[in-house]
Amino acid sequence: MDTNIVQVAIDALALGSLYAHTALGIGLIFGVMRLINFAHGDFLMVGGYSLIVPSSAATATLFIGAWPAPLLVAAVCVIVVLLALACERLAFRPLRRAAPSVLLITSFAVSYFLENAVIMIYGGRPKTMNLWQGLMEPILVADVRIPKLQIVTIVVTLALLVLLAVFLRRTPMGVAMRAASEDFRMARLLGVRANRVIAVAFAISGFLAAATSFLLVAQTGTLSYHMGVSLVLFGFVATVIGGMGSLAGAVIGGFAVGIVSVLFQVVLPIAWRPNRDVWVYGMILLVLLLRPSGLIKVKSIEERA
Amino acid sequence: MALVEREQSLLRSIWVPLVLTAMLSLVVVIVDSTGDRILARTATDALIRMVLVIGLYIFIGNSGVLAFGHIGFTMIGAYATAWFTLPPLKKSMALQLPALLAERQLPAIPAAVLAGLLAAVVAAITGFPIMRLGGIAASIATLAVLGMLYTFYTNWSAWTMGAATLPGIRLYVDMWVALGWVVVALVAAYAFQQSRIGLALRASREDEFAARAAGISIWRVRLVAFVLSAFFMAIGGVLQAHFLGAIAVKNFWLSLTFVSIAMLIVGGQRSLTGAVVGTAVVSAIVEVLRQFEMGVSIGSTVLQVPLGARELGIAVVMLLILVFRPAGITGGREIPWLFGLGGGGPGRPSPDPALAPGPPAGS
Repeated sequence: MDTNIVQVAIDALALGSLYAHTALGIGLIFGVMRLINFAHGDFLMVGGYSLIVPSSAATATLFIGAWPAPLLVAAVCVIVVLLALACERLAFRPLRRAAPSVLLITSFAVSYFLENAVIMIYGGRPKTMNLWQGLMEPILVADVRIPKLQIVTIVVTLALLVLLAVFLRRTPMGVAMRAASEDFRMARLLGVRANRVIAVAFAISGFLAAATSFLLVAQTGTLSYHMGVSLVLFGFVATVIGGMGSLAGAVIGGFAVGIVSVLFQVVLPIAWRPNRDVWVYGMILLVLLLRPSGLIKVKSIEERA
Repeated sequence: MALVEREQSLLRSIWVPLVLTAMLSLVVVIVDSTGDRILARTATDALIRMVLVIGLYIFIGNSGVLAFGHIGFTMIGAYATAWFTLPPLKKSMALQLPALLAERQLPAIPAAVLAGLLAAVVAAITGFPIMRLGGIAASIATLAVLGMLYTFYTNWSAWTMGAATLPGIRLYVDMWVALGWVVVALVAAYAFQQSRIGLALRASREDEFAARAAGISIWRVRLVAFVLSAFFMAIGGVLQAHFLGAIAVKNFWLSLTFVSIAMLIVGGQRSLTGAVVGTAVVSAIVEVLRQFEMGVSIGSTVLQVPLGARELGIAVVMLLILVFRPAGITGGREIPWLFGLGGGGPGRPSPDPALAPGPPAGS
């Protein structure tokens, strides 16, 4: 086999990074309000679309996407965070006491709304666009040509993870959020503000979605209204595999799913490769059967399951 | 209203499916009498959805476990009926089936039942390990099964034509055929939920530990529900195939999953009536919005909403229903028994944790 091990490792880490982002965004919100947010994929989709001029034309004209990078990043982050906060306020807050299945369906409805709003404004066809083309240039690492983007993806993910860990451990809001994930009722009794904690969780989740959207758009060069679906699906699976409610678990789960996907792509015989996802889902099933509460067990969830 | 006691108890035991059947038949008769073919198609489509939602209800409603994989069984049913009913000549052009299937052609009903049984067998095999899991792990495991089936069918060109559309399936499903299967599903679902196993399953939904303590094998009762529900999911797929005449793997994926689960939740996932009401209400909303998209004239003014507003409208209406009735339209109640009040009955609502006051996160 002529596939280089370094190449495979970088591929696996880069894909795992994307899944880990998404899983974190989903896991954070699940932690504080038991909502599995399928609309997370649409947050990042809206982030991607905000880069171009709203029109149903077949070719995309850059709008925010043409701005200098720091401004661009800030603008998209603000848009997606505001969107996440708006969804929380309008759709999820009134339903906070509802059963998890109702919350889940609410997130489907939000997702359906956002997708169709985008179709109405931008049209349903996928659009090609180039964001930061320089990132596709390869660099040499140990005699292998690796696109810069993969390195950037991994570095950005690690940076976000460190930031988030510091936030959760060192700031009062982060501590409140961890307390709320552990036992919401108790946390409220001790003075944690429910609305604020949940809003901040949504804001962070939106911020993560924005980060994912840059990396995804730069990598694929296309925009479509369902660009977030497969990512959110695997992100969701990763959250469960890692252990619902554990953020470290979400990250581990994300990397695990990414690594397994890339490994199957390499080790399966060529004839079987189109069916790679059968094997990936099979692995997921196996992990669930062997460790139903995920790789990292969270006590408060276990009792509710 | 003085019914003899024996007749009364018989009537009471079939009350819910009887009333639901009567109401649905009435709607079908009315739609049929208008002679509006588009409306009839819409109604047929809604009835086919109803089979799916009842199928989902048998498992999700009774067990309280959310499952995402059931559309996989619908896909199995749709393709199986194509294998059984396509004329051999068409089969030989589109697919490479083994001789046993390639040369035979079955009548509609045996084909449908066989398709349902095939899905039931797949459900039994996959459910055997999965039903040991609880809560969210079970939900994700069923999603993984859907993912496996979907990927596999997409690439299984010899049997499914892969990503292409498989055309030429005989069209025999109209409103009445769909209604017939809805009634079968209603009766089966109601018989199941009143049966010993069904009651045990519902007990486990209310309190898992108490049910275990009472000697209920949760794994066994969930598995039975899973297999029965897969059968009707497949029947829904069979009906869809023979209604549209063509099937494609991509139609059996997340959007159909979401729409059918949403119908169940909107109606009230904890009752059979909820499954029927949810499908009817969501389908009616879709139809009304479709009319508005084409323009509705009230007096001299024509009201028209822009194209695409239908989908946004569906999402908004669903959100509103969920916000105001988080336990669904029916709130988990069945159709109330009309003759006297004695001793509760099929209509008696069960306490609903979704409505119980509690901290925002539930507990």
